[in-house]
Amino acid sequence: MDNLETKVLEIIAQQKRVPVENVTINSSFDELGLDSLDAVNILFELEGAFDINIPDDKARQIKSVREMVDGVRALVGEKKPA
Amino acid sequence: MISALGSNLEENWNSLREGRSAIAPIAAVDTSNIKFKNGAEVRGFVPDAHFPAGAADQLDRFAQFAVVAARQALTQAGLQITPALAENAAVITGSCLGGQTTQDMQFWEVYHDGKNRVHPLTIPKTMSNAGASQISMEFGIRGPVYTVSTACSSSNHAIGQAFWLVRNGAVDVAISGGSEAPFSFGLLKAWEAMRVISPDTCRPFSKDRQGMILGEGAGMLVIESLEHAEARGAKFVGEIVGFGMSSDASHITKPSAEGAALAMKMALRDAGIEPAQVGYINAHGTGTPVNDPTESAAIRSVFGGKVAVSSTKSMHGHGLGAAGALEAVATVLALQHGVLPPTANFTERDPECEVDVIANQAREAHVEYAVSNSFAFGGLNAVLAFKRT
Repeated sequence: MDNLETKVLEIIAQQKRVPVENVTINSSFDELGLDSLDAVNILFELEGAFDINIPDDKARQIKSVREMVDGVRALVGEKKPA
Repeated sequence: MISALGSNLEENWNSLREGRSAIAPIAAVDTSNIKFKNGAEVRGFVPDAHFPAGAADQLDRFAQFAVVAARQALTQAGLQITPALAENAAVITGSCLGGQTTQDMQFWEVYHDGKNRVHPLTIPKTMSNAGASQISMEFGIRGPVYTVSTACSSSNHAIGQAFWLVRNGAVDVAISGGSEAPFSFGLLKAWEAMRVISPDTCRPFSKDRQGMILGEGAGMLVIESLEHAEARGAKFVGEIVGFGMSSDASHITKPSAEGAALAMKMALRDAGIEPAQVGYINAHGTGTPVNDPTESAAIRSVFGGKVAVSSTKSMHGHGLGAAGALEAVATVLALQHGVLPPTANFTERDPECEVDVIANQAREAHVEYAVSNSFAFGGLNAVLAFKRT
């Protein structure tokens, strides 16, 4: 687990006010009890923390923690100069 | 009615019956830094053409719309607010944002331009009751006048309250509806953050729908008792027969089918009619992934799958606090003309929205009763029932 993944899990844990141990890379949103409002709030925090922009259509496809971590990683990767 | 579809009733009805959507690139705001680009704005509105010299400056755009629509309604009704009538007349409007563009511009001067003052009329222009007050002032209405703010249900709540006041005999006449003018940069950013605005257009009930499109404008009705209307030989264009309300009591943004169904049932109960008598439903139909299936399930649970449904938000956009008013006018016109407006931009059926959607083309149908739904953020539901006269 690298820093990026840790940060994403922390942000999710903070949104649901649960211990970060409860959030794993394998957790689904249903398991964590995340609803649509939690999702937009988490995306907002992720955009701020990583200085990225998550488009709505991508956001709608994200249904699990793994997808979220992968999505953030991809957007952060796009930011780096070639 | 004034909306993206037109500046008067005739223009609006022509657009509605032709299934013409007025959704287009937003002109009032530079959308370069906004993810969505389109809206349903009122075009070519010149305030000075509607108000005497300098007077337009005392009203925010949302209140200008309210007054213009109220004038149209009173003219059509041929109603004079005489001194005798003044105390027995009411104005109840809906608006959720009030004069927010005025506030936005004034605060910009303080926060961004470093000015140390705002214009003294900032509060009178911004307050959500400005529309109702200006209508009261212009027509000398001295009975109950107030504004209801319940997000996207504001106008339906306002019209329902006005209907009850008239039906209960508390007043002889009420002007009711709503107005909204949401196109300012900050507010659009707030909507962008919710991720519910469509990147292209509004396709309620379509499988490939991507969200809502913001609209603006005003709709106003003159509501009076049959006795009062007949006594003065007035011609009436329709009848309000029921008003139902409910609260989801579940989530601050996500709708509940149970809450929506309850409001519809309450409207039918208030009207004393059965679901089978309703021939048309003007849906809340925002075109968001979540509203449309929830509303469809609620409609099916109350009415079954056979009643014709359309969302005129596909054409005039989501008028927010004015939505119920725009849609009430559309519903009354539909009953009056025997033509049910369609859901524009419809592409493909969604199996999760199992209702009879009137797709793209208006449907000729002489329907006796119709229902108009508003389901707001905060779980506040308001439904009106109308009858053809």
